[in-house]
Amino acid sequence: MKELSTGKKTASIVCLIGGAALLAAALVLDITKSGAPYRGAFLVIGIIGILVGLFIFPTLKHHRTLMNIVFLFPLLFAFLVTVIIPLILGIRYSFTNWDGIRFTKEVGFENYAKMFQQPSFIWSILITFLFVVVNMIMVNLVAFLLALLCTSKIKGLGFFRASYFLPNLIGGIVLGYIWQFIFANVVTKLTTAVSGSRYSMLADTKTAFIAIIIVYVWQYAGYIMLIYITGLNTVPGDVLEAASIDGTTPSQTLFLIKIPMIAPTITICTFLTLTSAFKQFDVNLALTNGTGSVADFMGAYLTNGTEMLALNIYNTAVIKDNYALGEAKAVLFFIILAAVSILQVWVSNKKEVEL
Amino acid sequence: MGRKEKSSTVIVRLIIAVIIAIYVLFPFYLVVINSCKTTNDITTNPIGLNGVSFSQLIKNLVDVINNTHFLFWDAFTCSVVITFLSLVFLAVFGGMAGWVICRNNKKKWAMAIYFTFIASMIIPFQVVMLPLIATFRDVGKFVGISMLQSIPGIVFAYCGFGGAMTVFILTGFIKGIPFDLEEAASIDGCAPEQIYFKVIFPLLKPVITTVTILNGMWIWNDYLLPSMMLGQNGRVKTLPVAVQAFVGSYVKEWNMILAAALLAIVPMIIIFLFAQKQIMSGMIEGAVKG
Repeated sequence: MKELSTGKKTASIVCLIGGAALLAAALVLDITKSGAPYRGAFLVIGIIGILVGLFIFPTLKHHRTLMNIVFLFPLLFAFLVTVIIPLILGIRYSFTNWDGIRFTKEVGFENYAKMFQQPSFIWSILITFLFVVVNMIMVNLVAFLLALLCTSKIKGLGFFRASYFLPNLIGGIVLGYIWQFIFANVVTKLTTAVSGSRYSMLADTKTAFIAIIIVYVWQYAGYIMLIYITGLNTVPGDVLEAASIDGTTPSQTLFLIKIPMIAPTITICTFLTLTSAFKQFDVNLALTNGTGSVADFMGAYLTNGTEMLALNIYNTAVIKDNYALGEAKAVLFFIILAAVSILQVWVSNKKEVEL
Repeated sequence: MGRKEKSSTVIVRLIIAVIIAIYVLFPFYLVVINSCKTTNDITTNPIGLNGVSFSQLIKNLVDVINNTHFLFWDAFTCSVVITFLSLVFLAVFGGMAGWVICRNNKKKWAMAIYFTFIASMIIPFQVVMLPLIATFRDVGKFVGISMLQSIPGIVFAYCGFGGAMTVFILTGFIKGIPFDLEEAASIDGCAPEQIYFKVIFPLLKPVITTVTILNGMWIWNDYLLPSMMLGQNGRVKTLPVAVQAFVGSYVKEWNMILAAALLAIVPMIIIFLFAQKQIMSGMIEGAVKG
């Protein structure tokens, strides 16, 4: 037993010292800009060495603390580097003339002032809000009706549920192209037959907007339906039985019993559709790429008729190469989403108190 | 239910359900049949079955797979490797972090970490993506590990972005595991790491399934993060990025585009056929807890 513990101790110290030495060597190589290709491997092996050393370090008193550090480190480190540091940097860059690589001066709120002078950005905000509201109503309505259908007695329920959910499995990019094909080739045949001239839904801003909503409802309603089904299944059977003995009509059961009883589910679904619609990017990119003409908006001719906020941010920064402005728009986007989330917490807490 | 329902309403409901199912599945039908046609046949009749032939499907698929913009096998392999590694790391490290947070829930530092994770879930990707690329580029140059256009870099990013939700769901589950279990193991002489790996981790199986499904659906289908980190034309790219690059290079050759779409959606549908129940219940749990 004694020997095992000394062996462990030696191994631990070797790992710690070796790891620290490699780490130091890697950092020295980095700082001196030697460009040695093996310095990356040194760094990674060094960090792993230190962690392993800590992990097997034989101490009773501090063992739990060491374990906590070793267990938390990997995920926390990744989280800090990918989320927290870029967030702080991003907010800072939005006040500078950052070009994606470096910035030369502070500009204060200039980027924020500039974005509100762009009619195309104001347009993006407006149609995003319109999209979010219409989408929220449509998805919830369709999903709720589907859920009612899928909790009633019909044959092949499992098949219907699975097939309504199926579109949700597929990523927005692929989906967007599939529907672009459908609108360009299949729907055009119908609209041409009806209107007499060749007419594509995606060519006109208004109908293209409707097209995005159709695709989004098609994709998302099946998922929200599943949540409503779960909610409806929590309505106790004896309550429904008591109601039917009292002679309620189906619509009374629906509006006076089922809907009030699944109010928490409705809250969840409402906010789920809200935030996901705000963040919508893939379908927007693949289906219309934000194109669509608007003849006169705030005195300007716009070509980004269907460009939602998320896509506008991407296009500003990556396509038009205006990183600081794009980042400022992204910060505004973040503030809007944070406000929605705070509203959600507030609404659900208020409901809980009432119940 | 007490009420006896009329058979006519049941039939009406069934008909409605079938009509909706046809509408929902119709796009998939179009993808399949039009992948089996030539461009001419698609233009003349995109809905019908005329012009459909198996040899044409093979020809389209071979053309797509060999296309230099698509590089299907490269993209497919990358997608599989990236998704698999991210899921494994998220499950292993997420479980470890969740357990530490849960067992220290009286301590301030653990709660601070927990609430930072939860609060970070509202951060949209757009606000971090631009500085993220810059940071990764600088860090990569500094330490000599390429973080952009590399699989380790993107797996690392997915661990960072998926971490919050993973820890949140796992912590919720671990809270429910009775502490007596750990005390008993501790009395039997188990060290904390042994308790975790021998007692707790095996119990996490159902919740790890949930987390893996949620993260897997997201990572497999994600477009923006890989397109920013890997670029459109690099050797390392995921399937959604490859589809996007391919469509950009092939204007309106719909049989090819739909064949590419078919290749991109088939793996997901096969997995869904085998794990339908788990996927659907996993998605529900994720929504209700998130």
